[in-house]
Order: sequence, then C-alpha cells, then structure tokens
Amino acid sequence: MNQKRTWTIILSVAAILLAIRTFTGPGMGKVYVENSNKAFIEVNGKWVEAPVGTTSAVSWVKEIGTTPGAYFAANAVDANQSVIHLSTSRTLGVWIAALLTLFIFSFLYRDNPFYKFAESTIVGVSAAYWMVVSFWDTLVPKLFGKLAPNFVAEHFMPNIKRETDYWLLVPVILGVMLLCRLVPRAAYLGIVPLAFIVGTTSGLKFVSYIESDLLAQTASTMKSLAVVGDGGIEVGESIKQVLLFVGVIAGLVYFFFSVEHKGIVGKTARVGVWYLMITFGAAFGFTVMGRIALFAARCEFLFDDWLWLIDPTGRRAIADAVEIAVPALLL
Amino acid sequence: MSSQSFIEKLDAIDRRWIFLLMALSVGIPIFVIGITGTRFPESPTPTSLATFETIEALPEGARVLMSFDYEPASAGELQPMATAFVRHLAHKKAKIYCQTLWAAATPLIEQTLRTCVIAQHPEWIYGEHFVNMGYQSGNEGVMKVILTDYKQSFPNDYRGTPAAEIPMLADIVNTSSFDAIIVVSAGYPGSKEWVQYVVSPTLTSEKPTKLVAGVTGVSAPQLVPYFPTQLKGMLAAIKGAAEYEFLVNQAVEARNPGVKIPAQFMDAQRRMAPQLFGHLLMVGLILVGNTIFFARRRAARLALA
Repeated sequence: MNQKRTWTIILSVAAILLAIRTFTGPGMGKVYVENSNKAFIEVNGKWVEAPVGTTSAVSWVKEIGTTPGAYFAANAVDANQSVIHLSTSRTLGVWIAALLTLFIFSFLYRDNPFYKFAESTIVGVSAAYWMVVSFWDTLVPKLFGKLAPNFVAEHFMPNIKRETDYWLLVPVILGVMLLCRLVPRAAYLGIVPLAFIVGTTSGLKFVSYIESDLLAQTASTMKSLAVVGDGGIEVGESIKQVLLFVGVIAGLVYFFFSVEHKGIVGKTARVGVWYLMITFGAAFGFTVMGRIALFAARCEFLFDDWLWLIDPTGRRAIADAVEIAVPALLL
Repeated sequence: MSSQSFIEKLDAIDRRWIFLLMALSVGIPIFVIGITGTRFPESPTPTSLATFETIEALPEGARVLMSFDYEPASAGELQPMATAFVRHLAHKKAKIYCQTLWAAATPLIEQTLRTCVIAQHPEWIYGEHFVNMGYQSGNEGVMKVILTDYKQSFPNDYRGTPAAEIPMLADIVNTSSFDAIIVVSAGYPGSKEWVQYVVSPTLTSEKPTKLVAGVTGVSAPQLVPYFPTQLKGMLAAIKGAAEYEFLVNQAVEARNPGVKIPAQFMDAQRRMAPQLFGHLLMVGLILVGNTIFFARRRAARLALA
C-alpha cells in the first residue's frame, strides 16, 4: 500500500470519528456561564457593593464561567432556567483555539495554507497584543503620565500620581533618534541611543555576572572533597564533590587552547568532553520533556475542552464520556 | 527480506510515521488516564524536596512575593507549578503578593488566584491576604529598582488601586521585606535574572533573599548550578511540578484528614504518563537510529575491504 493511501485512510478515520463525536451525546466544545448580578452605589466618593434591592444602584450582569456539569444539574432541576446558559463567544473561542491547534499540527504532515493562516494569525495577534500592552502599561503611565499627569489622570488613569518629571524628555529624544535608523539620511543619529543601550546593558550585566556567576559559583565549587557529617565521612556526598571537582578542572582544560591537547592535557580534555556530552544529553532530555509537556497540554485541551472525550477534572459526568468515546473509538 | 534492506528501509522511513507514533504515545495515555483517573506514583528529587521544605518552613502570615514570568505558550509546563505554589502558600496562610514581568501573564495570575485562593478560601480578602500587582515593563531594570524600593516599580495594583490604599503593602519596602520569593519562569527575564539581580547582591547580607524557582525543561540545566546556595529550591520542568504537587497534596491531606484532593490540583501528575511513553519512544528511536548508524558503517567498511 503506498504512503499516500495510508495517510488518506488515517486522516479519513480521524474525520469520521470527529463527525460522530459532533453529532452524538451531549455535544462537544461548549462553554457555559452563570449570570451574576452586580450593583454598586457611591458612598462618600467611593463605590461600594449595594445591598439587594437598592433602586439607585448602578447595576449590570456579569457572566462567570461555570462547568457543563453545573448546567446539566441546573437543567435537570428546571429545564427553563436561564441563570446558567451557553456562552456563544466563549464557545466560539474554544472552537477557534482547537482549529488553530490542528492547523499548527497539520505542518507535521506538510506545509499547507491552514498552517500558514494559523502562523500569520499568531504572529499578528502577538504583535498587536504587545503593542497595546506597551502603549497602556508603559507609554501612558510612565511617559505621558509624567509629562502631562493632569491630562492622563483626567482622561485615562485617575489614580496616577500628579507629578511632572521633564527628565523623561531625554528618553523621548533618544527614542526618536533610534527611530531615525528607518530614514537612510538620518540613520547615523541612531548610533547614540544604540551606544547608550549597549553601554547600560554591559554595565548592568558585567557587575551581576561577576557577583552571581563568577564569585558565587567559584565559592560553591571550592569545598572540601570529603564531606563530613555526624556519622563520619558521607560517601555519597563526597563522591559528588569529587565528580564536581574533576568536571570543573576537565571542562576548563578542554577550553584552554593555548596548550596543545596532547598527553595528560589531552586526556584531561577528553574527560572534559565527556562531561560536556553528558551536560548536552541532560539538556536535550529536559528539552524533550518540556516539548512533550506542551504537546500533552494541547492534547488534553483537544480531548477535554473541545471533544469532551475525557473528563479528568470532573467538569462533566465521566460516564457520559465513556459511553460516547469508547464506541466511537471502537468503530 | 534481507537485514540490509530492512535497515535501509528504516533509514529512509518517512518522518511523519515518527510524528504519528509520538502522537499516539502521548495521546493514548492521556485518554486512558482521563478515563480511568489513575496516576503514577512520584518520588521527589532533592531539588523538589528543598522547594517544598523552604515553603513549608515559612511561618503563618509570611510575606511571599510570587513572580509569574511566563506566558500562555509555556502554561502547559509551568501552570501546574504556579497552581501548586499558590495552593501551598494559601494552606500555609501566607500573604501572597503576585506580579509579573511578562506582559501576557496577568490573566494567568488572575486564573491562578481564582482557582487556588478565591474558590478554596472565600473568606480571604483581596488586599489583605493576596494581591495582584500586575505587569511592569523593564525586565531586570524592575528587579534593580524593587531591590531598594518596591512601590517605585509597582505604584498601583493591576486594577489601578494605589499601593498606599492596599493594607498588605503598608510594610513592604523592598525585596528584603519578603520572607521568600517564588519565580515561575519560562525564559528572559526569569529565574536567572532574579538570581543575578536580587539574590546575589544579598548573599552576604544579614538577611539573604530566599528564592525558589519553577522553570521550563529548556532552561533547567542553566539553573542547576545555582542550587542550593543561590536558589533554595528548584522545580525542573513538568517532572518537578509533579513531584511538588504530590508533596503539597500529601501535606494538605495530612493537615486535613479525610479531605479529597480535587483532580484540578493533579494536572502535573496526570501529565507524567504521556511523559513516560513519549520518553520510551524517544529512547527506542535513539537506539534504532544508532543501530542504523553502526550497521551502515559496518557495511561501508565491509564494502571497502
């Protein structure tokens, strides 16, 4: 059987299972919310929660996320209840998230327009999110709020400190100079803020690296090779110390290129290579673990929130899931 | 079929079969665990145990700063840690100060507080027992500032309430005011920067800053050297989260005999089954890959001879 046919069969089976799941049982991918009435009144210039029945209160209905189980239970008591109801927007959110997840996974089969669409959407949404957050969390309170505090307090952030600080014009000028790099004729102006950024970062990093990575790490390495406890020498801890000592020396020798790696130096460097390989192996193992964890979380989302095949947190009656999922999978 | 042709076929296998195998080895355990509710036992490693003991040793009412330095992309790995940390702090009746240096983490703080504090301890009052100081831009610049003046970097909480109007911030001056700092981080700025800018300057002071961290698998190897001097505890990847979650659940059960731990507080333990089968597949693939490599090398040598 050629590969194309095999993959067509696999994807068709997945599509059939999905179709069965969509049209059987209590449904899938639905999100329910509970209506909660909020009412506030102004007392001595402060807004406080109003007692039930206060006619002059400012009130609104807040939708609080709830479980499908709560909806099923409420409906069992009163089929016409409307306190817990389906949230169209949140349900749409789950479906969009599920479809985007599948679009991204589809790249594993081959590059395709669905993947391109999901990729572009994520890049666009991320850029837009960062822009909005940077504007409202950085530019408005930290720049405009210092240059024109009264205007910002009256129109955007009432709790901002009404103190002016014109020193902030310096970073504004540096920022504008940095943007000049986009204009070829004025690009040279961008060198000054770049030099400022590089210099400041180097200064900050230099001191902290010396303090925490050089001095503190050196001190942590310079310990007795024989670890003595209450009951005498602790063999396990002592072996750890010896291994650490050998690893540090061998690793340093490997990176010491002023002497040719021959004889005792070569052998020590070889030990250093082994230590490095073990370190890279551990790093690779951790990376695999991290990636599988992320994949598992997406699978859980698809199986639980979207398909309603499993119910690990008990948000729905698990019997329903078994009843529907098992025959569907055995088909 | 000769062994040579089999090796050649394996060598030329379409990578999509490997993706499918990985999907099955992760997906099937999730499905089975989701249906049966079974979990694998955990035996905590020294770093997870040290993390638990550091938090466990805090007195009632201890002030703990918790920085959520990650975003939804890493939540699958780090959210179980954050949940377990906040839950542990709530059971210890500590005062929880939440903040983030990552713009997209504010909703994650809200979600964690809703699940672990508001739902489990409805009597707790915002601003007295827990607070969400929200996001501040500036990366390590923020750390440098809060080392001397916390409220200069965080003048308001995430709702815009001034720090002066929040009771639990009244006696907070700088990072030394906290009995411990917990950082759950996915990259830059993260635990490494917290060690460099907040912990290291206080190592030789009268009250060194106690920092414990929960980190992604990718960044864990870089942080191991800081344990136990600069980091008092460290949760490495989902395995660390599962171990810590297990210890916290055990402590909660010991304090409240007969209590049933909700399944939502076992996310990390549940995700260890796909880890096991995913790793078994990886080990198998590495063995097969090496077998192919050595077989081809041997064949090439024989051909030359």
